Amino acid sequence: MEREGATTTLDGDRTGGSVVLECRALSKSFGDRQAVRGVGFHIDQGETYGLLGPNGAGKTTAISMICGLLSRDGGEVFIEGARLDTKSKHTKAAIGYVPQELAIYPDLSARENLRFFGKLYGVPARELGSRIDDVLAITGLSDRADERTDGFSGGMKRRLNIGIGLLHRPRLLILDEPTVGVDPQSRNAILTNVEELSGEGMAVLYTTHYMEEAERLCDRVGIIDQGEIKAEGTRRELVAILGQRDRVSLQATGDIKRAAQEISHLPSVDSATDREGGLDLIVAEASHQLPRILQVAASTAQVTGVEVIEPDLEAVFLKLTGKALRD
Amino acid sequence: MRGALLIATKDLLGSLRDRSAILSAVIAPLALAFILSAALGNADEGSLDISFAVVDEDRGPVAEVFVGDVLGSLERQDVVNIREESSAASARRMARDGDIAAAFLIPSGFSDAVQSGDHVELSVLTDPSSDIGAQIATSIANGYATELNAVRASVGTALAVKGARPDPGAIRRLGRQAARAETPVAVAEAFVGSREFDTKTFFVAGMAVFFLFFTAQLGAVSLLRERREGTLARLLAAPLSRASILGGKALYTFVLGVGSLTVLVVSSQFLLEANWGDPIGVAALIIAGVFAAMGLQSLVATLAKNNEQAAGYGAVVGVTLGLLGGTFFPLSQAPGFILRLSFLTPHAWLMRGFGELSGGVAGVADVVPSLLALLAMGGVTGAIALMRSRSLVAVVAR
Ligand SMILES: Nc1ncnc2c1ncn2[C@@H]1O[C@H](COP(=O)(O)OP(=O)(O)OP(=O)(O)O)[C@@H](O)[C@H]1O
Ligand SMILES: [Mg+2]
Repeated sequence: MEREGATTTLDGDRTGGSVVLECRALSKSFGDRQAVRGVGFHIDQGETYGLLGPNGAGKTTAISMICGLLSRDGGEVFIEGARLDTKSKHTKAAIGYVPQELAIYPDLSARENLRFFGKLYGVPARELGSRIDDVLAITGLSDRADERTDGFSGGMKRRLNIGIGLLHRPRLLILDEPTVGVDPQSRNAILTNVEELSGEGMAVLYTTHYMEEAERLCDRVGIIDQGEIKAEGTRRELVAILGQRDRVSLQATGDIKRAAQEISHLPSVDSATDREGGLDLIVAEASHQLPRILQVAASTAQVTGVEVIEPDLEAVFLKLTGKALRD
Repeated sequence: MRGALLIATKDLLGSLRDRSAILSAVIAPLALAFILSAALGNADEGSLDISFAVVDEDRGPVAEVFVGDVLGSLERQDVVNIREESSAASARRMARDGDIAAAFLIPSGFSDAVQSGDHVELSVLTDPSSDIGAQIATSIANGYATELNAVRASVGTALAVKGARPDPGAIRRLGRQAARAETPVAVAEAFVGSREFDTKTFFVAGMAVFFLFFTAQLGAVSLLRERREGTLARLLAAPLSRASILGGKALYTFVLGVGSLTVLVVSSQFLLEANWGDPIGVAALIIAGVFAAMGLQSLVATLAKNNEQAAGYGAVVGVTLGLLGGTFFPLSQAPGFILRLSFLTPHAWLMRGFGELSGGVAGVADVVPSLLALLAMGGVTGAIALMRSRSLVAVVAR
């Protein structure tokens, strides 16, 4: 990362906010599998940082070290300048953690879950009641607050899972794939919540393998694969990596594999991957190249549709790693 | 500490709400004790299924009264079986083999000596693994000796089986009784007050001890469940030390164990007329017993991969040691090697302690051996469990 040496005095950066999270050279192995290798980034107050990567990229492992619930093999974590490890208590209180796996007590009601964790995080008793009501309202669970959570739908459990992380008003909110397995409506509500919290000045670390979420929420994105951050920046900065490239999606039938192979040999085609029902291409100057591409494709397959997609993070990911975000 | 309290409170709340914990900690032992004592209790009172041998080398009138009237009437009432043996050697062998609970040796010249006021001994050979039988035999002999109104006829207790410790308490008691020449009634009271359970109390205590080892695994199992269900990750991310997490689970288990045993003791006193004895001694045994059970079951849980496996392992240990430790049938009826083996289990020490107290005579000082054994067992197993808990209080390897 760009700042070296300084341990306690961490200056702000270009957005002008103060640094809430700074992590450096995080690494972790499980046996001989290196899950995280040298991950480092920082998040400012009011900033939402996304870790975008496929399954097994190391997102959860990195987050677990940042939250101090997993010991690390190497690297450092600072929260508002204070070093954090598995034993720090005070520093951990600044973090709101929303685990990827549901972590709520099934035999307690939503309110009891919130009360328990609220007390654990030291929310003052006189504020606890009203904060719980607030969180229940934000997560849309007010009218089911006193029911045991094992009777909740998956989406409701997810929302409560997030609510617990918000209750103590953390300065850094860490959400690990919070929308997996959630219906579109709940998902939208969750995204809106995160946007609002960030607007109130909360720093947010958000992991996902949904490109759209990362694009919508995140001020900056780190693209992570095989335990490493391959590139980092704003959406615009990342897309610039592609140069004047476009993503072209062809719908086709026939020998798609062969078509992909032949197209990839064309000049100005960066990559061509076949997928179910078609091909994905990264092409420089797509508008000029398209006729030639279609011609080659037509020799082995029937092309039924063409779409030229504005460069997006998916395309960046494809370019950086040679594979799709989701398989 | 605050964190530990919060976790313990949360878990206790869950257990109170989830009736299965109360069922297995309080209702099941009470119900089982009731059923067992109703089914087996009466048979037990009618015939103790105890055999004595008597060797009459005297053949005089005093010996005849003892064999014919005293022992004979007990046999006619079906309390005990009496068989006459011809030699002291064969009686000793039978006692050693556990074929009989005790043998009475009436030496030749016994009647003459009693009549002339000379010193003479009526010996009782006991099988130390047969606590009840030995107690009954000595008190019968003692009762008769007193009844003879011959103060000089003292009763000597000889222990038949090699390597067995003589019970200094019993010898002292007998000596005292003989010296004071108490009436037979007083001797009978001494028997009631000895270190054996009445039937009902035995079954209640047995079931309480048996089920304690199931209650004692709840904390460790719930920790493993939190690990599996992901809430442990949340606790680890919270401003909370790992010690508080373990402490909370331990506190939860301790409160549950002590609470359920206390409820059992108090309610059985009223519902089943159980006779627990000295409350301070009982309280001390409860605390030490819960400590031992927690240590053992936590250690067992650290060997398991997940909460379900831990509950399974814990149950196997609970049932096996429960049977071996004499919670279902009195160890006094078990063969000698089982008796010796049983003292490797916390169950046996706890039962021994409760048995000691249940007569109403013994106090906390009499159960010190049990307390020390339980604390030692709990300390050792608990310490190993604590060392192994490092990997337990951590995020899961998937
Ligand atoms: N406790 C563990 N023990 C062994 N291997 C692990 C453990 N946790 C993670 N791994 C491995 O480390 C790598 C990174 O896993 P991680 O869960 O961090 O990925 P992720 O980016 O969060 O993936 P997902 O999107 O599926 O949640 C994977 O190969 C995984 O199998
Ligand atoms: Mg993950």
